[in-house]
Amino acid sequence: MPVSLQNSKLIYESLKECGVRLVSALPETWLVHLIRMAEEDPNTILVRLAKEEEGVGISAGAHFAGVKSAMLMQNHGFLAAINGIVSFAHLYKIPLLMLISYRGSFGERDPWQTQGGNVTEPVLRALGIPYFFLDNADSVRKRIRQAQTLAESSLQPVAVLLMRDLMWEE
Amino acid sequence: MLRLECLRSIYSQLEDCLVVTIMGAVAAELHSLGHRPNFFYLQHAMGLASSTGLGLALCLPDRRVIVFDGDGSLLMNLGSLSTMARYRPGNLIHIVFDNESLLSVGGFPTATGTGTDLEGIARAAGIPRTITVREVNGFTAAVRDAVQRGELTTIVAKVEATGPSGFITDLPLLENRFQFRRYIQSLR
Repeated sequence: MPVSLQNSKLIYESLKECGVRLVSALPETWLVHLIRMAEEDPNTILVRLAKEEEGVGISAGAHFAGVKSAMLMQNHGFLAAINGIVSFAHLYKIPLLMLISYRGSFGERDPWQTQGGNVTEPVLRALGIPYFFLDNADSVRKRIRQAQTLAESSLQPVAVLLMRDLMWEE
Repeated sequence: MLRLECLRSIYSQLEDCLVVTIMGAVAAELHSLGHRPNFFYLQHAMGLASSTGLGLALCLPDRRVIVFDGDGSLLMNLGSLSTMARYRPGNLIHIVFDNESLLSVGGFPTATGTGTDLEGIARAAGIPRTITVREVNGFTAAVRDAVQRGELTTIVAKVEATGPSGFITDLPLLENRFQFRRYIQSLR
């Protein structure tokens, strides 16, 4: 499976450098290494979810507890979490660091991913969620740190979009 | 059995716990008994009270966390039972007030009124201890038992579909949220 191990490691290390101690996740191909790294790290609490919206509640609980968290999900998982984002994270000003794998964009071969690719950015904009693309290893550390900083200072959800050029090697 | 009577019967035990409630009648009734800074009322996002309790319980293993859930809310996030069961924090008590209706929007019947058994679903999801109670004495005994055992427990409390006339309290949502977090930080 040509998911980039090296760039997954870079992303994981960047999260650790930000002080992230809890990661919620639903498996998806591009995230397999990241989830395994969280699982093997004795200092990280990994919560495997049944549905991504649960992660909003988990992250809110972590925030109340003073623990920094991150959510790993596919863009379809982001779509599945929207009510939680609006009626919990936005309503109660909860910081969320969302790392969203951007499936269904240029280069996508799986037909079933393509509709989600079309609507990801319009939905993020409609929700007023700040987002940034990660498509290059050189900017990973800095952008993840900046996203985490903004989530904490603004007390709102922030999205980092994990792009094909970063996550997939072929 | 009245939900308010259940809440009243364990109110004094909530002092040392972190409490998360769902919206509507549960929040309004707990608030009416006397707000405390360790109570968080999730006034929307139906289904996520249990997820919030799980996040708290995993991050603060030395604190007892009590979630007051409802049948309508839990039915919207049944997957939460499987996630709670997967990590089964012993400091989490999950109480479901089951009035077989969506009371706050007019009392429409939920699926528990037509045979869906939330305790059965919780047990089958892998929650280590589950119980259904129909009397206040049974309710207080179930809570006491869950506290003593220190094992993740889902208590389904069958209650009447009655509640307060209104659901809005004088506590703004954000004040509640910041107060709750500050309370937890003060425990350190």
